[in-house]
Amino acid sequence: MARVLMKGTEAIAEAAVQAGCKYFFGYPITPQNEIPEYMSARLPAIGGAYVQAESEVAAINMVMGGGATGTKIMTTSSSPGISLMSEGLSYIAGCEIPAVVVNVMRGGPGLGGILPAQGDYFQATKGGGNGDYRLLVLAPSTLQEAVDLTQLAFDLALTYRNPVMILADGFMGQMMEAVEISEHKSEGIPDVTPWALGNKDKREKRSVLRSLYLDPEKLEKHNMDLKAKYDAMQKEVRFEEYCTEDAEYLIAAFGTTARIARSAIANLRDEGVKVGMIRPVTLYPFPKERIRQLSEKARHVLVVEMNTGQMLEDVQAAVCDRAPVSFYGRCGGISPSVKEIEEKLRELL
Amino acid sequence: MKETRIYERPKAWMKDVHTHYCPGCGHGITHRLLCEVIDELEIKDKTIGIAPVGCAAMMYDYVDTDYCEAAHGRAPALATGLKRTRPDRVVFTYQGDGDLASIGMAEIVHAANRGEKFTTIFINNAIYGMTGGQMAPTTLIGQKATTCPYGRDPELAGYPMRMCELLSTLETPAYIERVTVAEPKYVIAAKKAIKKAFQYQIEGKGYSFVEVLSNCPTNWGMQPVQSFKWTLETMVPYYPLGVYKDFE
Ligand SMILES: Cc1ncc(C[n+]2csc(CCOP(=O)(O)OP(=O)(O)O)c2C)c(N)n1
Ligand code: SF4
Repeated sequence: MARVLMKGTEAIAEAAVQAGCKYFFGYPITPQNEIPEYMSARLPAIGGAYVQAESEVAAINMVMGGGATGTKIMTTSSSPGISLMSEGLSYIAGCEIPAVVVNVMRGGPGLGGILPAQGDYFQATKGGGNGDYRLLVLAPSTLQEAVDLTQLAFDLALTYRNPVMILADGFMGQMMEAVEISEHKSEGIPDVTPWALGNKDKREKRSVLRSLYLDPEKLEKHNMDLKAKYDAMQKEVRFEEYCTEDAEYLIAAFGTTARIARSAIANLRDEGVKVGMIRPVTLYPFPKERIRQLSEKARHVLVVEMNTGQMLEDVQAAVCDRAPVSFYGRCGGISPSVKEIEEKLRELL
Repeated sequence: MKETRIYERPKAWMKDVHTHYCPGCGHGITHRLLCEVIDELEIKDKTIGIAPVGCAAMMYDYVDTDYCEAAHGRAPALATGLKRTRPDRVVFTYQGDGDLASIGMAEIVHAANRGEKFTTIFINNAIYGMTGGQMAPTTLIGQKATTCPYGRDPELAGYPMRMCELLSTLETPAYIERVTVAEPKYVIAAKKAIKKAFQYQIEGKGYSFVEVLSNCPTNWGMQPVQSFKWTLETMVPYYPLGVYKDFE
């Protein structure tokens, strides 16, 4: 397919379709309504189904049921809706069911606002639901990357039998950019027949997907098995570096904030400031090892986010006391400007 | 004419297992009916069950089909995802009254209203069994439970909810019937209803719902025999048996 100008939400929807997702379960919430709207028009034509759920609670459980048959499944929502999905995400992770969930983040807490924010970093990377579980979390910063990561998300979900979240801020959803969306064939994905429900006639034994283990020894083993899987997921860590070769000042930012920081870095470089950036693409697994290495050469690390300091805590843990770590954040639907980032960095020189 | 009948364990019953249900509990009877129906319709290998949160949370230990567990009350949404992606399979949910009529009220009403093509078996024992006998939406007026120790007071908790009646106000569902397992003659009718519900699903007629008036001797503080007497004498008058909706 040639490059076409598309809105972020629609690009994510079409990317999912091209990755083989034929079923979508969702509930309306701004700023991601174009995705369910797009899917409701697109999926029936390709033999799939769009179901408008009665709530996000129901939507995520429909996703759980669809994922339980080993089918490529997606739901999308925005912050307050993701809160309602947290129960389901915990069950999906506990039952080891593949699923793709997109959060087009808006400002919070509570009803917050409808403008872009990055305030759900903790919710996405540290839980939200109960118990010891992890989501794979992917954070695009361009629409092409949103397309590519959406398609990757289905492969990761099936490979690890784990829910994968695309954590996109509202800008990612609402802006327009030229993207290329090609048909994506999943390769090297393990066969789902041994566990996916509805295949009892194709295997020796039945399959029971469960997270309930009343015997403490069995539950501990289940938790340990999940932990081993999360350890194996660490190899999926992805990040992008910009001008880090000689960087004395290191900016860490994800999503749209990283785009803004990039412009600030270009300007500061013109002034002779040796500044670079690491942009985590996977927020879980987090590129802590690379951040640790880069911080060894850094005089100062600056974390920039559209919240009051969330990824900051992961960066601090990676840097330890190798370099001072500062923070600059805007929120409520306001993004840090190029100028603000430049000024904040100059203060650190 | 002499007829020899052999009563054996249904094939859909897991080998060599005994349930954890209290003696005389209607869950066990209903499981057996479910297994017999699965055998008779020869659908064991194409059936997917959804285990609820409640005393039947581990029903997959007894009924030998593929299974997924559901969060408390969410079984109808889960079943929607399963059946939409595998319309060629037989999907059932099995839910208690706390699960279905309280925390899962939205999910059951909307799945029924969308006409999802799966079957629900709804066990109404007028109490929260697993958590130790708290008041349920179905607890009768005057009935004592651990969270209504003086008996359910309609001033405080409203009147018990009748799910068959409520769901039969919807246009979409194909089949809604209330049965009981409190006495052998009713058990036979209950099995017929469960079988019909599965048949309607297989024939693609739409959503089917069977409410089973059961018991909870343990939390009602009764002997099993006395408890089923209570089901018949106290529950049935408030929850009349019968067909509430039929596609035909
Ligand atoms: C979200 C959530 N809330 C509460 C519980 C606790 N809980 C477990 S079983 C149950 C009630 C089950 O009662 P019912 O559905 O009537 O089934 P029964 O045990 O009587 O068969 C409750 C409240 C839970 N597991 N999850
Ligand atoms: S607690 Fe009640 S519902 Fe649960 S198994 Fe015992 S008798 Fe049955």
